[in-house]
Amino acid sequence: MAAVASLYDEFKALNVEILAISTDSRFVHKTWQEMELTKMLDGGVPFPILSDPGGKIGTVYGVYDEDAGVDIRGRFIIDPDFNIRAMEVLTPEVGRNPKELLRQIKAFQHVVKTGEVTPSGWEPGGKTLTPGPDLVGKVWEVWKP
Amino acid sequence: MGRLKDDCVAPTKGPIIPEGGDRAGEAIDLKKGGVDMLVRVGKEAVDFETSAYIEGYGFKPVKLSDYKGKWIVICFYPGDFTFV
Repeated sequence: MAAVASLYDEFKALNVEILAISTDSRFVHKTWQEMELTKMLDGGVPFPILSDPGGKIGTVYGVYDEDAGVDIRGRFIIDPDFNIRAMEVLTPEVGRNPKELLRQIKAFQHVVKTGEVTPSGWEPGGKTLTPGPDLVGKVWEVWKP
Repeated sequence: MGRLKDDCVAPTKGPIIPEGGDRAGEAIDLKKGGVDMLVRVGKEAVDFETSAYIEGYGFKPVKLSDYKGKWIVICFYPGDFTFV
């Protein structure tokens, strides 16, 4: 989470709001911020840290582990129309890659804006595809992995 | 540093039933069962309301739909004071 926070300015520039959430109470969130996060990162985590008591929200989002009593690492991208665009769920041992999150947001924003689609591994400025009958069977002419 | 606020005085709803039916806006009752996972890629996000800690502000109820119109990233994580 501190890793996401360290790229906060980039997320802000893309008009992205970040919400972190775990089953811990708001009181623990505050203490964690003061005792640890502010030492990892100047000013601590700048976005809201939400509480999910009993994992109710995690259950609805498919990330609550009843046996452990915690929400596992699930990340969801929601577009301005309130539709879920992407989800990534990891077991707790492996941390996320905030750079990949940024890349996906840029790709979704590009797609929404232009109606084009982005091929595998697309980065801003890279080749995009315009779906339609003319492209069927011809992708190889314009894009290779 | 100014005094932090505590706006979390009333209980929050947790997951909220979407618009459209008679019970729109009410809390989703998970005890009734049948709720394994409601969210899907390409479908509308399930709204929720819960308490939050916000740096420099204090405690505040946060509702997901308050952020409608912006891009939102929700990051679930296993727990405070662990590596994240």
